[in-house]
Amino acid sequence: MKLITHNMLTSKCLKGVVTGYPLAINATDIKVKEVDFNPEFISRVIPKLDWEVLWVAADSIGHSDGLPRSLENKYDENEEFLKKAHKVLLEVEVEEGHLTCPESGRQFPISKGIPNMLLNEAEVQ
Amino acid sequence: MSKRPEHQAPPEVFYNDEEARKYTQNSRIIEIQGQMTERCLELLLLPEDSSCLLLDIGCGSGLSGTVLEENGHMWIGMDISSSMLDVAVERDTEGGLVLADMGEGVPFRAGCFDGAVSVSAIQWLFNADKKTHNPVKRLNKFFTTLYSSLSRSARAVFQFYPENEKQLELLTTQAMKAGFYGGVVIDYPNSAKAKKFFLVLMTGGVGPLPQALGTEEPDSLQVKYAKREATKGIRGKPIKNSKDWILEKKERRRKQGKITKPDTKYTGRKRSGRF
Repeated sequence: MKLITHNMLTSKCLKGVVTGYPLAINATDIKVKEVDFNPEFISRVIPKLDWEVLWVAADSIGHSDGLPRSLENKYDENEEFLKKAHKVLLEVEVEEGHLTCPESGRQFPISKGIPNMLLNEAEVQ
Repeated sequence: MSKRPEHQAPPEVFYNDEEARKYTQNSRIIEIQGQMTERCLELLLLPEDSSCLLLDIGCGSGLSGTVLEENGHMWIGMDISSSMLDVAVERDTEGGLVLADMGEGVPFRAGCFDGAVSVSAIQWLFNADKKTHNPVKRLNKFFTTLYSSLSRSARAVFQFYPENEKQLELLTTQAMKAGFYGGVVIDYPNSAKAKKFFLVLMTGGVGPLPQALGTEEPDSLQVKYAKREATKGIRGKPIKNSKDWILEKKERRRKQGKITKPDTKYTGRKRSGRF
């Protein structure tokens, strides 16, 4: 699972959960896969992200070095920064581990890089 | 037994390892899926030359995702079949993958996607594979959560295979209820094989539906542009005191075995002004 997916993912489909965001990451296996750098996409997607959540997530899996905690004003002109954001967003992959819902504590396993968000019958709203 | 996969088993069972392998080896499936995704992208009307973040619903083995990548977009896909997702991992697709059931809702934050595509997936929602499944409820849940996860003025395009008119109607009604505008575009409506259904949904703002391929006169066989208000009359009772309402009431009385005057050309007609 890439951190861009994590930044969008919620557990609000669970019964009784209102926001279900952000999900806590507990990773046992992390890989870094190279992906083509597209600065235009990165600067387009950053306003949609919750940067604070991204930073905390990156920090929790030990990939936050050099990443600023808060966004600068003209980040789209800073290529150095965009490259770092690209690496954290698209190249770092959580292969194994689990996600934890902040409200209910329900755990969603991640296996082979795919988070399993399937619910059982009692958990559906 | 019908050949429709939806009639054979639930999606997570039907798309097992063997079926999933077909999606990497069968060049015909790959070609058709690719073409349909291209058409979905065309109908999405994304801003030109910019890479967007798209949601792929029922992404399966990522065949549609590959087409999205080729067009320079980033995608996040959700699917219920883990075998299909495993194939997507093997194929080394760039998008993010999530194992989730669309009938349980789209598990993403509000306003994060620039658009959504779905190739041959949404017809699975018409099935009740478990005792607790209610297709109408699941459709409603799916469309409302999808609506919130899309950014303003984003579109969602679904290619699907409806079984009958009723399914088409149920689908559009549920989508309108969730707040979408739009309707169904039918490509090549006169051909049995090339005929393809696309549900085009828009958030915010009313726009005309795109033109279907293979239709000479515009709008000839397309489902007409559906407005949210217009669908209100379709379900539920006819307007009180209208002719339809009177006829329905008389019909009901007849079924109950009560004495009822026959329907004539005067039934439900206004009196002339002379009276």
